[in-house]
Amino acid sequence: MILLIKICKIPFHYFEFVKPIEDILKKLNIEFITVHYNDLTSEMFSKVDKVIISGTSLKDNSFLDDIDKFDWIKEFDKPVLGICGGMHILGLIYDGKLKEVQEIGLNTINFNEEFFGFNGKTEVYELHNLCVESSEFNVIAISEECPQAIKHKHRLLYAVLFHPEVRNKKLIERFVKC
Amino acid sequence: MCTTNFAVCTTNVYLFKGIPILMKLAVLFSGGKDSTFAAYLAREQGHEISCLIAIFSENPESYMFHTPSISKVKKQAESANIPLIIQKTKGEKEVELKDLAAAIQKAKVKYGINGVVTGAVESAYQASRIQKICDSLDLDCFNPLWQKNPEEYWDDLLKNGFEIIITGVGADGMGKEWLGKKIDRKMLIKLKEIERKYRIHLSFEGGEAETFVLNCPLFTRALEICDKKIYGKQNSWTMEIEVT
Repeated sequence: MILLIKICKIPFHYFEFVKPIEDILKKLNIEFITVHYNDLTSEMFSKVDKVIISGTSLKDNSFLDDIDKFDWIKEFDKPVLGICGGMHILGLIYDGKLKEVQEIGLNTINFNEEFFGFNGKTEVYELHNLCVESSEFNVIAISEECPQAIKHKHRLLYAVLFHPEVRNKKLIERFVKC
Repeated sequence: MCTTNFAVCTTNVYLFKGIPILMKLAVLFSGGKDSTFAAYLAREQGHEISCLIAIFSENPESYMFHTPSISKVKKQAESANIPLIIQKTKGEKEVELKDLAAAIQKAKVKYGINGVVTGAVESAYQASRIQKICDSLDLDCFNPLWQKNPEEYWDDLLKNGFEIIITGVGADGMGKEWLGKKIDRKMLIKLKEIERKYRIHLSFEGGEAETFVLNCPLFTRALEICDKKIYGKQNSWTMEIEVT
């Protein structure tokens, strides 16, 4: 079972940032629950095998004021994949710093090693005004501007700044299947 | 109806930490199924549709704006009782983006909108350009049909009473005979056959067809076609309609 955590303050963003991920999981017949980060319970964490933290819109940054609500990540011993805003959260939990970097639209990034089936130059869809850098993570992919895929040095925490649910659906498929 | 399981949802009013989140939104509107359904979803979510923005492009090959039957959006806006902002553009590649930004800015000043809704489904070109414009104008941007599965999409449209006709065709398997056809469950089966045979995109994301909405839950009355003119050649045909 996958726990899909949404971070949108405005529920209307669900359709753009959460539902496409749900559709990938449905297509794979993978059981999941979708919950807003304000509604997480310890029971949920014990039931699930992996966690995905979705992104949200450029103007919807209220989750950044609630980073303490993600402290559970430090104790959670199962794999977590953060997407865009989800990457910001993972980085900030580990003392990362946010930087203003805007990348919007299709972009070519470079994976320096295999990351859920992706390697080398890859076209991705981006939608962010911020990026995060944390020394606790290894950088696996970069764009001309900033880190695009990271993996925690000791834990099963992964994150991408781009939106794999748009042009790189296989990344999510491989994360949930591996 | 509440379709998402956020903390509190009472009669279409969403609360976040006890504060109601209702947006004043402008919908980029072409009169086709995508922008009309996006507008419908915005209202279903409890937001105010402050205005519709229609771009009249003089360039029929525009990557940004769909042109068939666009002048009829006036009738649709009247039926929906929603103010309409009309913006003309020559449709030159980057100039049309400036014209779009000007129209959105007009909506911001006139109606105090704090967000823009689009019917983008697959086009990264369209979506990213609108995202950039909204960001530069400090507006939120909503793409509720983004990546939507085509079969689920048609099912949602028909389930919610959308009356959609074909007003333009431009693909193998979809000839002149499709013009004016209303897409109901029967026609959808035919469309799926064409999809299998000719590999068209069922939501017409490859420009296979243009659509016009005659009726939907946003409208106070259904529109009727009173005149039509068909023109085109080979595998590209358009039906210009007059509606009342």
